[in-house]
Amino acid sequence: MNTETRELPMTLEPRANYLNDGHSIRSWLLTTDHKRIGLLYMVSITLFFFVGGAAAAMMRLELLRPQGGLVTSALYNKLFTMHGVIMVWFFLIPSIPTVLGNFLVPLMIGARDVAFPRLNLVSWYLFIAGGASALWAIIAGGVDTGWTFYTPYSSTYANGHVLAMAAGIFIAGFGSIATGLNFIVTIHKMRAPGLTWFRLPLFIWTIYTTSLILVLATPVLAITLTLMALERLFGVGIFNPAMGGDPLLFQHLFWFYSHPAVYIMILPSMGVVSELIPCFSRKSIFGYNFIAYATISIGVFGFLVWGHHMFVSSQSVYAGMIFSILSFLVSIPSAIKVFNWTATLYKGSITFQTPMLYAFGFIGLFTIGGLTGLFLAALAVDVHLHDTYFVIAHFHYIMVGGAVMGYLGGLHFWWPKITGRLYCEWLAKLAAVTIFAGFNLTFFPQFILGFMGMPRRYPVYAPEFQVLNVLSTAGASILAIGYLLPLAYLLWSLRYGKPAGANPWKATGLEWKTSSPPPRDNFANAPVVTEEPYNYDAQAAELSLEENSHA
Amino acid sequence: MNNPSSFPFPEQASNLAPGVDWIFYTLTALCGAMTLLVVALITLFCVRYRRGSRASRANANPRSLPWEVGWTLLPLPIFLAIFFWAAKTYFRMSRPPKGAMEINVVAKQWMWKIQHSDGRREINELHIPVGRAVKLVMISQDVIHDFYVPAFRTKQDVLPGRYTTEWFTPTKPGKYHLFCAQYCGLDHAIMGGWIYVMMPADYAQWLAQGQPPDSLAARGERVFYTLGCSGCHAANSKIRAPLLDGIYGKPAPLSDGTIVTVDDQYLRDSILLPNKQIAAGYEPVMPTFQNRISEEDLTAVIAYLKSLGSVERNDP
Repeated sequence: MNTETRELPMTLEPRANYLNDGHSIRSWLLTTDHKRIGLLYMVSITLFFFVGGAAAAMMRLELLRPQGGLVTSALYNKLFTMHGVIMVWFFLIPSIPTVLGNFLVPLMIGARDVAFPRLNLVSWYLFIAGGASALWAIIAGGVDTGWTFYTPYSSTYANGHVLAMAAGIFIAGFGSIATGLNFIVTIHKMRAPGLTWFRLPLFIWTIYTTSLILVLATPVLAITLTLMALERLFGVGIFNPAMGGDPLLFQHLFWFYSHPAVYIMILPSMGVVSELIPCFSRKSIFGYNFIAYATISIGVFGFLVWGHHMFVSSQSVYAGMIFSILSFLVSIPSAIKVFNWTATLYKGSITFQTPMLYAFGFIGLFTIGGLTGLFLAALAVDVHLHDTYFVIAHFHYIMVGGAVMGYLGGLHFWWPKITGRLYCEWLAKLAAVTIFAGFNLTFFPQFILGFMGMPRRYPVYAPEFQVLNVLSTAGASILAIGYLLPLAYLLWSLRYGKPAGANPWKATGLEWKTSSPPPRDNFANAPVVTEEPYNYDAQAAELSLEENSHA
Repeated sequence: MNNPSSFPFPEQASNLAPGVDWIFYTLTALCGAMTLLVVALITLFCVRYRRGSRASRANANPRSLPWEVGWTLLPLPIFLAIFFWAAKTYFRMSRPPKGAMEINVVAKQWMWKIQHSDGRREINELHIPVGRAVKLVMISQDVIHDFYVPAFRTKQDVLPGRYTTEWFTPTKPGKYHLFCAQYCGLDHAIMGGWIYVMMPADYAQWLAQGQPPDSLAARGERVFYTLGCSGCHAANSKIRAPLLDGIYGKPAPLSDGTIVTVDDQYLRDSILLPNKQIAAGYEPVMPTFQNRISEEDLTAVIAYLKSLGSVERNDP
């Protein structure tokens, strides 16, 4: 056994794959290979993640003491704006769709590439151009509007490089639209023979729904930011009442995009978890159709609940009631998913490798994040909790506890496929546990802070809030270590990791039927699909037969 | 603040607070139970069905439909119940009771300016008696702010160009935080102050302090004459403009055929944007007073016009 693994690298290296298909910078920057574009995105969003993370670290340090003192209020306001903008638009929204989605969508459906490979590369350049504009805005002096850009503060009163920041988001948005379009066409037109809609991996269902949201919602964001820019540049009165505008109009438009954007972040993570749970419990997923329908209904309902961000804005009381009840309803498909994942474990044969730990972490944190959403959907309770740390804790449980755990779980699951290497398993498990513990210590105290009434976006605060803030900052330092660990051992694995082989997890799905890393054109022979997804039961029977015959 | 031993339960100091807290604690119990259920099931399955365990795997794939229907429909009545409960409370929070003590609030970067109807003014402080309903009529001079008193469990955005209201009945004497909850720029975090809820005797003493200033309506009357409003809106005026006595709270027909109720917002808009809604039967000759009158003076003028209403009603 040992000799075999030591010999494998020698036999692996010479084989042609997408990674050794050209080594020049040009071969990367002008590539149209969906797998290489996925890696370009991976490197760029990792950079943005640590930029946004650095801003968060400084904020948590400032909040150690009630009177602050580490940074000025002006700088703090820029830090939370930078943290929000970078994390939302340059990390979370692109994370799973552009990295794992780009890499996996063609592989999972048995295609050679996406439908429009060159458009795919254009998307990345738009993303980078947008990111550069946002980074320039930060370096040139920063923006202090908050990631929400509420008017008339952003359009009239704020100093700083609001327009450069908005332009960055605007440009990157076109990258998102193009990516969404690409995936929609790819999934419709390029599935392998036999791969019907209800044989698709659930990851594809979530990427498909996410793509629909990207295509339908992102233009509204572009329009909103353009109107804000028109008012700021030329004094066209749209949002500022002093010029005859309506400041609430901005909030309606902004949340019409930004609420569905939450589902852009969380749905792909749900897709990842739907792949991980069956694989590591060696069972087909419970209620496949219901999870697929739940995905679509979350996407649809997600467009109808934006007003729950505006319960104290002076929006009509009756509008508030409609948005409240719809927000309660949107939680039902999410609950269906949690129950289905749990039921999949029943009578499985469960193992606890790193990706599965992330999947468990996702379910736990997403459940808390989702259920605390009910507090905010409940009108009278939201009046108290709105714009406090309760909201901060809630959406970090969804967007970090949920979306980031899903991304990391997916990254660890498909890393052997992407790179052909295995990472150090015990370090990876340690990192997963560290992230889970650090996350909870960071954000759970913030629920209590919010209930006690601490508003968000405060660099200085009343002394009675200090204990919980210190706990939160302590948790953030553990979380930071947790996030740095994968960076180290994943990079290490590129050179020193054991070769993975085509299918280290013995997973079903077309992406595991080709070699790791896959060849330039994905499959040596065009695959034909003849079985249901997650056919682990048949596989388990086969494996046990083999074992018996060996015995 | 007053009672740190109650941590993590914030002080309940208004009539609204217990209602909100009951929903909060009920939700906490329900959601806590739900989370524990999921965690317990996952833990149970992970132990019992770990690879290599001897637990039976027979019938591993039960029919999913009954389960799916069950866990789709089960939460529904619970959610609807919580929705109605919270919506009912919200409705109550949005409707100030008649006869509430009206106090005007003007927010600006980065301070709260309070005007009592007796003309008394405060900055970043609000003194109110315990047990009396208070209605705040609020407006911002610049960006959006938010008047948040955690101990009262209520907050409301304060918008430029539009009056918003917020009400509560303080139930417990003490000193409570006032926070700005809507991010408003540089000093957002220190745009706060204190609400002093006082026993009636203490409040009376506080009222007696210092020179009693003009009432808000009296100040409004002065502004009304200084800015020349009386030049047109008076019975003996040569220019035809509507008389303003007694119009507050009444329906006013507009030149486009619609009918509006004369309220704070209508009066404010008519002063700043006179061509927006023109009273039926009059020429649109009124100049705008935008940039000529401060938010505080506007509030005073509106208070004056309201006081005319009460005079009119006494007159047969």
